[in-house]
Amino acid sequence: MATTPVLETSRLSTIFDSCREMGQDPEFTVAKRWLEEHPGKKAIGCFPIHCPVELIHASGMLPLGIIGAGTQIEVTYADSRFQSFVCSIVKTTLELGLTNRLKFLEGMLFHSICDPARNLSSVFQRNFPEMFVEYIHFPQNFASPLARKYLATEYRRILDGLQQRSGHAPTVDDLNRSIALYNRIRANLREIYRIRTETPHVMSAAESFVLTRAGTLMAPELFVEIVEEVLAELPGRPSRPKDRIRVILEGSFCELPPVGLIETLEQAGCYILDDDFLRGWRWFTEDVPIKDNPLHELAESYSERAYYSGTKHDSRETKAAHLIRLVKEKKADAVVMQAAKFCEPALFDYALYRKALDEAKIPHLLLEFEEKTWIFDRARSEAETFVESLLFD
Amino acid sequence: MAQAAAKSDYQGRIHNLQKDMIGRYYANLTAAAEGKGKKAIYMLISGNPVELIEAFDMLPVYPEVNALQLAVKKQSLPLILAAEEMGYSTDNCAYVKADVGMYFADRKTPFATIPQPDLLLCNYVGCNVYLQWFEHLAEYSKAPIYNLDVPFFRTSGPEPLEDDVSYVVKQLEELIEVLERMSGKTLDYKKLQRIMELSGETGELWSDIKRLTRERPAPYDAYFDSVMMMAPLYCLRGTEDGLRFFQEAYKEMKQRADNHQGPLPEEKFRVVMEGPPPWPFLRQFRDMFSKWGAVAIASTYSTVGGIWEFGFRHDPQRPLESMARHMLQWNCTNRNFLQRYKQLKDYVDDWGADALVIHSVKSCRLFSAGQGDMREYFTKQLGVPTLLIESDLEDPRYFSEAQLRNRVDAFFESLEHQRTLVKK
Repeated sequence: MATTPVLETSRLSTIFDSCREMGQDPEFTVAKRWLEEHPGKKAIGCFPIHCPVELIHASGMLPLGIIGAGTQIEVTYADSRFQSFVCSIVKTTLELGLTNRLKFLEGMLFHSICDPARNLSSVFQRNFPEMFVEYIHFPQNFASPLARKYLATEYRRILDGLQQRSGHAPTVDDLNRSIALYNRIRANLREIYRIRTETPHVMSAAESFVLTRAGTLMAPELFVEIVEEVLAELPGRPSRPKDRIRVILEGSFCELPPVGLIETLEQAGCYILDDDFLRGWRWFTEDVPIKDNPLHELAESYSERAYYSGTKHDSRETKAAHLIRLVKEKKADAVVMQAAKFCEPALFDYALYRKALDEAKIPHLLLEFEEKTWIFDRARSEAETFVESLLFD
Repeated sequence: MAQAAAKSDYQGRIHNLQKDMIGRYYANLTAAAEGKGKKAIYMLISGNPVELIEAFDMLPVYPEVNALQLAVKKQSLPLILAAEEMGYSTDNCAYVKADVGMYFADRKTPFATIPQPDLLLCNYVGCNVYLQWFEHLAEYSKAPIYNLDVPFFRTSGPEPLEDDVSYVVKQLEELIEVLERMSGKTLDYKKLQRIMELSGETGELWSDIKRLTRERPAPYDAYFDSVMMMAPLYCLRGTEDGLRFFQEAYKEMKQRADNHQGPLPEEKFRVVMEGPPPWPFLRQFRDMFSKWGAVAIASTYSTVGGIWEFGFRHDPQRPLESMARHMLQWNCTNRNFLQRYKQLKDYVDDWGADALVIHSVKSCRLFSAGQGDMREYFTKQLGVPTLLIESDLEDPRYFSEAQLRNRVDAFFESLEHQRTLVKK
């Protein structure tokens, strides 16, 4: 008779396998099924990296992460709209639209992360006039108290647009219920990241990545149960520490890296203690307070309690200083900068980090990727060489 | 048939005036670098509160202008390569790379020594790279930074949101406090109003100049000659010198228009130009169009730092609000892509153009990302002949002369052919 631990482990692998499959489905089958089961419900797509999902959810709609299409579709039409020097996610996201795969969405939310994403929002508006397409301005003047006040008014504007589409004007309680639900999800994800930092042999970065990604593709009410089940299963998981280097991974905050690339890095001998995968869906370092003015609390959380990201320019602590602090806090040996090809924010950050990491004598490795990459030989040999240079130094 | 390589560089009186004035501006930069000048405030071009900087008698420094000067003088490549050595990617904006390369080469250029910043005033107007650029300069120089956060013009109505206007005005008030601390002086409001008046009059003249290209022939090329007038518009706006330049420029251009004088012997095609020019090869690029008798009658690039030809003026009675509106609404950079389509369409219709030429530059994705969709809109939806060509504004490695020439030739050949057919 099979013993319990084996069953638990296989339960985890079943979950991770199905999450992985969900992340590679350009037809959004799971979300569509849920919408069919909930007549009258609409869905809103969220382009990375941050999206105030609570506003969508409280308006009675389903927020979904529309984050490119990996290797799953071939780009046929979008190439003629966006040039060769534009990143893949912009093109595959547009291709999803041009091939009618986003027709089931009521709308799409974009925001101020980079220039191509901004123009993409206009291109969506023109090509899909029936869609509700909004562009959120996330303020960048964090040193001023004006910024968070401003963001609350911006959230009000977005919410007004959303409720027109859904026909439901959310109350303070509705908003707080949505915040509480997403707080619970984010707290669970923080716990997973804590486990990964403290016992990286127990759960891999690839596993937490596919899990988090799946969470962007289904109703939060379903996801919260899955992520809690994972947390409940983890303590019983048979695992044994390996001789690997401990790294912080940065630069993959928007376009999604292929799962195979993350696995390659791990197999090459890296424990990825922390990363910026899907940062906008984890977003806050603490719960958003449940109070009388939820929009204000959401805005305040972005300004005061959000994870750093390449597209947030907070002059209160420089990015390089922040990264170095993170490396020390997590007791990491090195930094892997895994930047999407043509991603200006990440590639700019690399130049900044490289100088600062060199000065701080922290080893680092740059790996460029595209979501559609499926052969990782080169990344493997670069990562192996890097790991060996540290392990046998 | 194409004319035998007509060459045209605008060489009127104002050309020399421009050289003198910009020469003096750069002499001021060098003086500041040598510790004998004013406080240096780094800013970006696209919609900025230079009037406030002038009111505090400080010196605006524009890394974009420095970068393009380096490219024009064919000095950009070694600096770009130096930045790439540091870790900047081939895919990063080459303005930034040339500037960073220059920063670490003791800030010395053939035209000036650029002072260290006393304040990095990042007027985040449209371009996201601005934030990265100044973040890097802050890291390298350790100078204080103020991110003046200007929300993108993202709504479909003609006006920006009132919340956006008041948010920017309040930040300008914060900025005034910063400048007061730096200078030890309180803002002289009367002086600011006088500066606003100068900017207002300058804008009025610039707008008149821009509307002259609706004449046939256009008295100057609104792309290649406009760039000569853009330096005084940005570096000297809000000064007596700046106003004098535009008074002279208007006189000269009006006279040309009255005399039916164009930049080429014959104006055969009127085009609207979209996108920044290839600075390292401006002359070669211009010749490709001159050869066909193609004159730009309007361009979006000449509106990156402000759009005046549709009525905006700096208002001395409402200085902060009008600066805010300049940054939010009245420049091409902060407008969304569809608003740019509209601006281009207005030029095509009201200025009377035969075609649209899109010069897509790798460095500036704000300008270029998605220009394929723009082409689709103009050709398929509006039936405007459109040429899309690619190179770069700063990095000479991306200028493939023969390939560009072939594309330009094929385009105008076909336009000419269509005309012949219509005549028959």
